[in-house]
Parts: sequence; C-alpha cells; structure tokens
Amino acid sequence: MDKARPAFEPGGKLSAFRSVYDGMDTFLFTPRETSRSGVHIHDSMDSKRAMIIVVLSLLPCLVFGMYNCGYQHWLACGATEFPFWGLLLYGFLAILPSIVVTYLVGLGIEFAVAQMRGEEIQEGFLVTGILIPMICPIETPLWMIAVATAFSVIFVKEVFGGTGYNIFNVALVTRAFLFFAYPAKMSGDGVFVSLGSMLGLGGQAPDGFTGATPLGQIAVSGARSASDLSAAFSDVAGNHIDLWHMFLGLIPGSFGETSTLCILVGALILLLTGIASWRVILSVFAGGAVMALVANWFATPTYPASFLSVGEQLCLGGFAFAAVFMASDPVTSCRTNVGKYVYGFLVGVVAILIRTYNNGYPEGAMLAVLLMNALAPLIDYCVVEANVRRRLARAKS
Amino acid sequence: MADKINYKEVFFNPLSKDNPVIVQVLGICSCLAVTAKLEPALVMGLSVIAVLAFSNVIISLIRNTIPTNIRIIVQLVVVAALVIIVNQLLLAYAYDVSKQLSVFIGLIITNCILMGRLEAFAMGNKPWPSFLDGVGNGLGYAWILVVVGFFRELLGSGTLMGCQVVPQSWYDAGYANNGLMILPPMALIVVACVIWVHRTRNPELQEKA
Repeated sequence: MDKARPAFEPGGKLSAFRSVYDGMDTFLFTPRETSRSGVHIHDSMDSKRAMIIVVLSLLPCLVFGMYNCGYQHWLACGATEFPFWGLLLYGFLAILPSIVVTYLVGLGIEFAVAQMRGEEIQEGFLVTGILIPMICPIETPLWMIAVATAFSVIFVKEVFGGTGYNIFNVALVTRAFLFFAYPAKMSGDGVFVSLGSMLGLGGQAPDGFTGATPLGQIAVSGARSASDLSAAFSDVAGNHIDLWHMFLGLIPGSFGETSTLCILVGALILLLTGIASWRVILSVFAGGAVMALVANWFATPTYPASFLSVGEQLCLGGFAFAAVFMASDPVTSCRTNVGKYVYGFLVGVVAILIRTYNNGYPEGAMLAVLLMNALAPLIDYCVVEANVRRRLARAKS
Repeated sequence: MADKINYKEVFFNPLSKDNPVIVQVLGICSCLAVTAKLEPALVMGLSVIAVLAFSNVIISLIRNTIPTNIRIIVQLVVVAALVIIVNQLLLAYAYDVSKQLSVFIGLIITNCILMGRLEAFAMGNKPWPSFLDGVGNGLGYAWILVVVGFFRELLGSGTLMGCQVVPQSWYDAGYANNGLMILPPMALIVVACVIWVHRTRNPELQEKA
C-alpha cells in the first residue's frame, strides 16, 4: 500500500484515483495525517471505526439470519433433522449474492461520485450495504436490489451531499422503494422463505407451499379475539408459533430482522461503545409498547392486528430491528436529547399505528422511521427554540 | 412596449432557457397528476397549448380596454371559457382520455403558467407576439409532460401510448414493472432528473450556492 502511494500523489500518473487509494489506505490502516500544532485529544474513533462497530453489531443478526434462512428452507421441505452447518452454509449462499450486489452497486456509485467531486471517499455505505440485504425478503431478485440501491444512494444520499447529509435513512429508502415499486416481490406468501437449492444443498419445497410471515398471517386470520389470533400463528410446517419463538426468531421474515434476541445483542454492542443513542432506542420501544396497549384497549375484529399483545408487537416484523439499527442512525435522527426522546417515541407509536390499522402495510416500522426522519429537524428546531426562550426568560428576570 | 420584440426569442426561450416547468417551476401540480401514462400527458399538453395561445391572443386584443383593477377577473373569464370549449371538445372526440384527465382539464384555469403569461406578457404586448408566447410556453410545458409521461409509462407499465413495448420474454426472465413509477412521487423525481440534466447542459441557469 505504501509503495503504491507516490503514484497517487498530485501529479502522479494515477492521481485521478487518489480518493480510491485514500479510501482503501485509511480503511485498511490508520489515517496518515496527525495533528501538527497545539494539543489535541486524539481518539481512534473516526467514522470508519464507528461504521465497523455497527457492522460488528449486525453480525449476530446476520449469522442468525443465515441459520434461520436454512432452517426455514429445511422446514419447508419437510425435513425432521436440521444439520447446523448445513443450515448455516445454505443461508450464507442464499444471502451472499444480495450482499455482493448491494456493495458493488452502492460502492460503485459512491466511488464514482467521490472521484467526480474530488472528495475523500466516505464510508457510510459500509453499514448501508449490509443493512439492505438484511431487511429484504430473501427471494428478492438481485436486479431489483441493484435498482433500488442505486436509486436510494443517488437520490437520498448523493444529491444531498453524501454521507452525513442525507435526510432519510438510505437502507430504509431502498426497502421502501422495493416495497412500492415491486409489491408482488416484497410481501405475500412466497418471498420470505428461500425455496431453491443452493449448490446441491437443501431440497425442493413442495408445490403450493406458503410461507407467510406472522404479520402476513394476521390479515388473513380473521381473528375475533386475542386468543384466536395467537392460535392462528403457524410456521411453514404448520407448527404453532408462540411469543418465545418470535423472540428467538426462528420464524419466516426478512433475512436479518426475525430474531429479537440477536437484535438485542447488537443493541448492547452499540450502546456499550456509545455509537447508538439509548434515548432513541428506549423511547422507540416505549412508544411501541404504549401504542400496542392502546390498540389492545380498542381491539376490534376489523383490525385483527390490534389483538396482538405488547410482546408480540415488539418482537414481530421489523420493529425491533428498525428501533435498534434504523431509528438510532445518528445522521437522520434528532440531535438534541429531548428531541431524541420525542423522535423515538413517535417512531414507536407510528410504527404500531400503521401496522395495526392499515392492513395493506404490515411493515409499519419502515414507514414510521422514514416519516420521523422527515420530522426530526422540526423536532430539533422546536427543542432548541424552547430552550432559547427559557433561557431568555431567565436572563430577563 | 418600447423595445423591439425578438419573435424568435419569444417563441424559443420558453422551450428551454425560460421553460415554465423546469426553470420557473410552474404547473408542477398537473405535471404530477396526468403523466402516469403518455397519452393523457400528450392530450393535456395540447389542451394547454390551445388554451394558452388563444387566451393570450384574446387578452392581448382587449388589453387596452380592461380596467386594471378587475383584470384578473377578466383573464379568468377568458381562460374559463376556453377551458370549457376544450373540455367539451375532448368529451366529444376523445372521451376515454378526457375521463382519465378528469378534473385536470378544468384545473387548467388555475394553472399558474396561464395566469403568469397573461399577466406578464399578453397584458403588454400585441396579439401576434402574444400568440407566439402562448404557443411557446405551451410547448415548453407539453414537452416536459411528454418526457415525464414517456418514462413513467415505459418503466411503470411497460407500455407506450397503451401499446406493449417491453417484450413478454423480459417478464418471463424476471423483469417486473416498477409500480412506484405510477405513483405521483416518481413524477417529481423524474422532473427533478430533467432539471438536473437541463442545468448541467446550461450552467448559466445554475443558482449560485
């Protein structure tokens, strides 16, 4: 790396690709620049380190997602024994193409834009690129992921000025783009469980197989009471799913977001390293719980999801994943501490609200976070203004 | 008007350098509403050209007799009359399209481009240049509509003017229509892309940062 450096200096023959070199250099090693004057407190915590810790915290979810992907497949094929490494390898092979495609498209665009503007390459896509495959159904066609990734990297991130300037969460916009553009591939019975065999691994699922997620089953269950509803959940082999399964996450769903347990492990890593704000995460769960209680209070058969208990609401679907990895994104959430509470609480409320009272959008968490992304600057503004007014009043008296 | 009017500029400026949609950002509302398919976009464009051209001429002819304090009312009456004529013609000869356009033909009355041209140009110019200005601005509006409608119909429905363009073999290979293209937000993004390309090619239009 160091040997190649002179070619990339200004005037060198490869100077046009300086930002690529610089990006690689600082990604693999430590930044070369140190402070030259004065005393600075230095921390190795630049944004690359932060991003890598986020990726680390996503690993439990990712590995569990692989295992679950294989597990669902084996289950769908009617298997009775589940070889651990076989399941894991199957899931790995199933998710790998999506991850590769996402990184190729996203990083390609980022590198190209950085070259064009002559800027340093920003590393924001490290996290986005791993999030996108994790929040999509496993059977999403690769070209759709590529189109959606390109769309959101260009229109949500680059046009606003790149990493750190985006108003909306890039990964969630990708998901939303897919959801609205190709609804047939993003919901329903057939997309959440991988059915084909991978390199000879796994079998062939029977025809007429349905693998609806628990949230998808709610709408068709026609439940009239809470006990009806919890009896209606079943996994792909027809076994009953209870709250414990939902928490562990061996249920059909988008790749990385089924296991609340692994998400909590990830949350722990984020909180211990101080990257995510506990204020946001906590208040999202609080908001979701409050709204779930309200929905329980006014439960009607018209909206079967209103029978879901608080625990089920928080464990099902993408709620926990969105709370930990999406809502807490420091770029798109609120900056002020009070704002973070308000923002997080409203994300939780809106997520459960959409999920419960709009049967067309089972994935309310996605829309809730995007909506609150748009409102975050307003919340911050109000908090700051209120503070200014309070202090002015104090100064006068 | 004291200075000499350059007819060429009056006609051609609204097509690009002074385009009502992508430079002045007027008429965006109808741009979102009627461009999901190419055909309604085309008809809407033609209707606006007709209404704009003739209302410009009429206002220009009577510009010296309109009392200043009720000029907006007079303009509205003229535009409304023309819109009703266009609407009746569409109902008579292009019933299906006029049903798709529904309320938006009627809403031409409130299209900012019309009031803008009447106020800014027809009130102070002779009929012939006003006519050119109306046709030019109408065309400037129409071509944006057609471009947006083209992309939205092609990507959103796989058709153009209602004919299947994307071959069935693509669908069999896994291609799917982009449902988001049919929804109004995508019209904004397509318009934004047109503006992007246009500004890149005309750097003098870029606002100073």
